[in-house]
Amino acid sequence: MPAMNMIQALNSALDVMLGRDPNVLIFGEDVGYFGGVFRVTDGLQRKHGVTRCFDSPIGEAGIVGIAVGMGAYGLRPVVEIQFADYIYPAYDQIVSEAARIRYRSAGDFHVPLTIRTPYGGGIYGGQTHSQSPEALFTHVAGIKTVIPSNPIDAKGLLMSAIEDDDPVIFLEPKRLYNGPFDGHHEKPVQPWAKHPLSDVPEGYYTVPLGEAAVARPGRDLTVLTYGTMVHVAVAAAEEAGVDADVIDLRTLVPVDIKAIVKSVEKTGRCVVAHEATLTSGYGAELCALVQEHCFYHLEAPVQRIAGWDTPYPHAFEWEYFPGPKRVAQAMRRAMEK
Amino acid sequence: MRNRGRLSLRVPQPKHRPGDKADFSNVAVPPAGSVERPPVDVKARDIAGHAYSMIRVLDDEAKAVGPWNPRLDPEILHKGLRAMMLTRAYDDRMYRTQRQGKISFYMKSTGEEAASVAYALALERDDMCFPSYRQQGLLIARGYPLIDMMCQCYSNARDPMKGRQLPVMYSSRDYGFFTISGNLGTQFPQAVGWAMASAYKGDDRIAVSWIGEGATAEGDFHHALNFATVYRAPVILNVVNNQWAISSFQGIAGGEESTFASRAIGYGLPGLRVDGNDFLAVYAVAQWAAERARANLGATLVELYTYRAEGHSTSDDPSRYRPSDEWKAWPLGDPIDRLKRHLISIGAWSEQQHEALTEELTTLVKETQREVESIGTLADGSRAPTQSMFEDVFKDIPWHLSQQREQSGA
Repeated sequence: MPAMNMIQALNSALDVMLGRDPNVLIFGEDVGYFGGVFRVTDGLQRKHGVTRCFDSPIGEAGIVGIAVGMGAYGLRPVVEIQFADYIYPAYDQIVSEAARIRYRSAGDFHVPLTIRTPYGGGIYGGQTHSQSPEALFTHVAGIKTVIPSNPIDAKGLLMSAIEDDDPVIFLEPKRLYNGPFDGHHEKPVQPWAKHPLSDVPEGYYTVPLGEAAVARPGRDLTVLTYGTMVHVAVAAAEEAGVDADVIDLRTLVPVDIKAIVKSVEKTGRCVVAHEATLTSGYGAELCALVQEHCFYHLEAPVQRIAGWDTPYPHAFEWEYFPGPKRVAQAMRRAMEK
Repeated sequence: MRNRGRLSLRVPQPKHRPGDKADFSNVAVPPAGSVERPPVDVKARDIAGHAYSMIRVLDDEAKAVGPWNPRLDPEILHKGLRAMMLTRAYDDRMYRTQRQGKISFYMKSTGEEAASVAYALALERDDMCFPSYRQQGLLIARGYPLIDMMCQCYSNARDPMKGRQLPVMYSSRDYGFFTISGNLGTQFPQAVGWAMASAYKGDDRIAVSWIGEGATAEGDFHHALNFATVYRAPVILNVVNNQWAISSFQGIAGGEESTFASRAIGYGLPGLRVDGNDFLAVYAVAQWAAERARANLGATLVELYTYRAEGHSTSDDPSRYRPSDEWKAWPLGDPIDRLKRHLISIGAWSEQQHEALTEELTTLVKETQREVESIGTLADGSRAPTQSMFEDVFKDIPWHLSQQREQSGA
């Protein structure tokens, strides 16, 4: 099997799905001829034709509104929002429409829609190209939220998302597109080719939604995380000298509660880590779940590591980003008691 | 020294408020039959004038005149009249039912029945409608069971929406009626997307949507027009200009400086402005736009010029913000009365028949209501099983919802 980076893996997922299902079509800003600003749709228009993968006007609310109508017709649209930071104009169509149509019509209509969007920082994108808005979607009844952390999962999860009959927000950690990133921005960039999870099968396969993976098995404490922070947590465990059980949640809603409970019951300690701002972040939900399901197994308070509650500041990227040093500190705090 | 004048802020005001005499002398009403009917493959820019005029077929004597006369069989006119009258009888009954406290909410379409009924009859049965909340006439004209509409309003055990939606928020895939949203304007781009999907699949069905003139101020309206132009979507986009968005007159949506039909011009779409209370004109325009869409020539924006004869919903009192006799002064009359007079003028109807039909439909609605109330009302505890409130959030119930269902005791 060839090594693929995450861009190639996502591209392969879209290519396979376009080939398998004539109801799949892709559109978004710059995704057609050019192949997307991150190249995820590169070559798909040439291979599958202009009506299968095409450019859209710059209007995120329109893109999602159009896709909702297509989904109601019976297609499986896959749309790209160029940056997660640009998704807010589409919020009404996502929250009030895509997420609600099955419920409000009592199953008469449904919208099998996948919204792909690059999220997260680490690329000097400033406050409008670095945000992690996952909690704005996990809070909404009726949508699934998925975040991969490596090429094999990215491809398998995206194919599952496209086949899913519910709307899925598929957040792609853009800092992981070209290589795994452990938060040490001062070190040279590593390509995916050296990572075992870049061994991506060429054809069709799926990684089921709603199932977490163990990114690093350990006995001392549990880390609940996803996306870029999976790699940061693994690095932090080495640096802190903590035998961490790093759980890559992969799907945030519906979350794999069994995997969370199994790990926390084993370790009795827990760190929750994400790049998004702290207050009302998805980490708060994880802390609550751990408290509700594992209280009598906990030997120390759950530690939470997140982006600061500020916009993503361009020149202070690495002070903002919850890197391995901060995660390692949280691990040590969780190990103290 | 500055010699520039001071600026002042303009806030549009309607011509009349409660206590004033209603006066529509500023509304230009061209004579019926005076607007040209272009071929459907006309270039949008060549009929820009249509966006500022008004297509009318029925003249003051209720005669059908001019190039837009669709020359319909009396059978279709009878169908249209019956559906409009049934819509009005149903609206009147449901309004009273809300006032009796049996249902929580209601929205009448009085005076606007032609805007939906004429469309339902002009379209193919499987064309997909993306209505706003005031197009109940579509369901009635397409023969959707009245009992199911009423059960929806009662949120009772037979409510097809399982008690999840406010009254009037119907949905029926089988009758080509997309689920109604309470968030205004969202259906407009969705209709364009459905139409694009139909074109993508090489289907021959088209999509049709309705939006109020007030909601044209939403971004979704403009996205819909732009995407419809760019991808030449087979869709008909209707603005129902009924003059009032709750208490805001159409000037607050930007209707004073230009017509809503003229919004089409900047997008390169044909914009047709139609007498929305003229059943024949609405039918003819729907036919024209549908033919254009089916010929792969793209979308049409239609302004249906009409008047909301009643309040926005049962939650507002229109006498607080507009003259109570405004409806009587409305220069385009009542769509039911105009079609009735037309049918009489061609010898296909009579006052006696009209009275008998009014009686028949009133009885039908009453009997349906009796049947609905025998199934049950929300007040007496008839509704979908409580556990069903956890269904259809997703296709399959995930663990957290099944846990919450258990916790709820349902």
